[in-house]
Amino acid sequence: MDKASAEHLEAIRRAARRIGRPVTLMEVCGTHTVSIFRSGIRTLLPDSVRLVSGPGCPVCVTAQRDIDAAIELAERDDVVVTTYGDMVRVPGRRGSLERKRAEGADVRVVGSIRCALETARNAPDKQVVFIAVGFETTAPATAAAIREAKRLGIDNFSVLAAHKLVVPAMTALLEDEDVPLQGFLCPGHVSVIIGAEAYRPVVEDYRIPCVVAGFEPCNILSGLARLMRQIERGECLLENAYGIAVTPQGNVVAQRLLDEVIEVVDAPWRALGTIPRSGLALRPSYRPFDARERFGITIGADEDYPACRCGEVIQGKVNPPECSLFATACTGALGARASRG
Amino acid sequence: MCLAIPGRILSVNGESATVDFGGNRMPVCTTLTPGVSPNDWVLVHAGFSITTIDETAARETWEYLSAAGGEDVADLVREVEADDG
Repeated sequence: MDKASAEHLEAIRRAARRIGRPVTLMEVCGTHTVSIFRSGIRTLLPDSVRLVSGPGCPVCVTAQRDIDAAIELAERDDVVVTTYGDMVRVPGRRGSLERKRAEGADVRVVGSIRCALETARNAPDKQVVFIAVGFETTAPATAAAIREAKRLGIDNFSVLAAHKLVVPAMTALLEDEDVPLQGFLCPGHVSVIIGAEAYRPVVEDYRIPCVVAGFEPCNILSGLARLMRQIERGECLLENAYGIAVTPQGNVVAQRLLDEVIEVVDAPWRALGTIPRSGLALRPSYRPFDARERFGITIGADEDYPACRCGEVIQGKVNPPECSLFATACTGALGARASRG
Repeated sequence: MCLAIPGRILSVNGESATVDFGGNRMPVCTTLTPGVSPNDWVLVHAGFSITTIDETAARETWEYLSAAGGEDVADLVREVEADDG
């Protein structure tokens, strides 16, 4: 361990001793979850400090109805479904995109929505649909591609929009009195887009410390040390420990682009239900590129497994092994979470 | 999932740039970071540059990614591309 990390860890341990009671902190971002898992940070923390994973993995929080819609699209002969890698394994009610692909559906994994747009341009006799998941880091790319499709008249391109917003999920958790949290470690690359000040309402309205941190272990330990220091002092502050990439106001160009193409709507989250103003949909002027409208996809209901405790896991109420389905029947959202975050 | 990785811009043509990720060259859309020029370091997510960062921070991140991943640079770039979301 490098010297800076060791110092942050010592600061966390010192603060934990002074606080003298259990503390629960939540890392909201899946990238943090992966880094914490790989670096073993949880095992280094004092016993009194519990670090839980929040609803920050876009694959895990994608509602079943959206997976079902993607599968319905993949079943059409004239449609090419394009999506980011992890989405192909997430199960809906009638299997996964991966299974549909094995059955002959045209499902293609792309690293960027630009590849999906290029696919549409090169195959004018096909309808190319992009399954757009992700938080604010990813949504501007979707907006840019839709605007480009409109500008170039690529009419065989459309998007199944299932983007989610981070801050509404955080505040929804805090509205639940059963979620015992003393601080948020806020995502780094989402914050590049939305800016550190986006968390100001969380800090001020809910009186809970928020620290923006990068994804490297040293950054995470630095963020946790700042949270612990605040708790020790009885403070509720917004701090930015990732100033090399995150500004107070974020990427204003990306925000303007998002606002031009996309509007904020109520959105369904896997296992959490509908959270007000937590998702993104295409604005009316771009709705011809909305796959739901183009193909007449009906919005179904979600039917999560009866024993599924995903919702409690991503609210930090229980740990994954406390769910009876963990590592047995569950190879979906939690499995994806455990392996990839 | 929301991981962005640093790269150095080699050339810019309109809103497209060629970016070097530790020896691997990839096309990147610069729509979200107008005004970037060759030799700037940018954080790239899902094929789009989302901000500029300074070289020291970028190199530190690469050191971490290389050490943590244990893979070669091409694998890291592919992993980030495929895992975007």
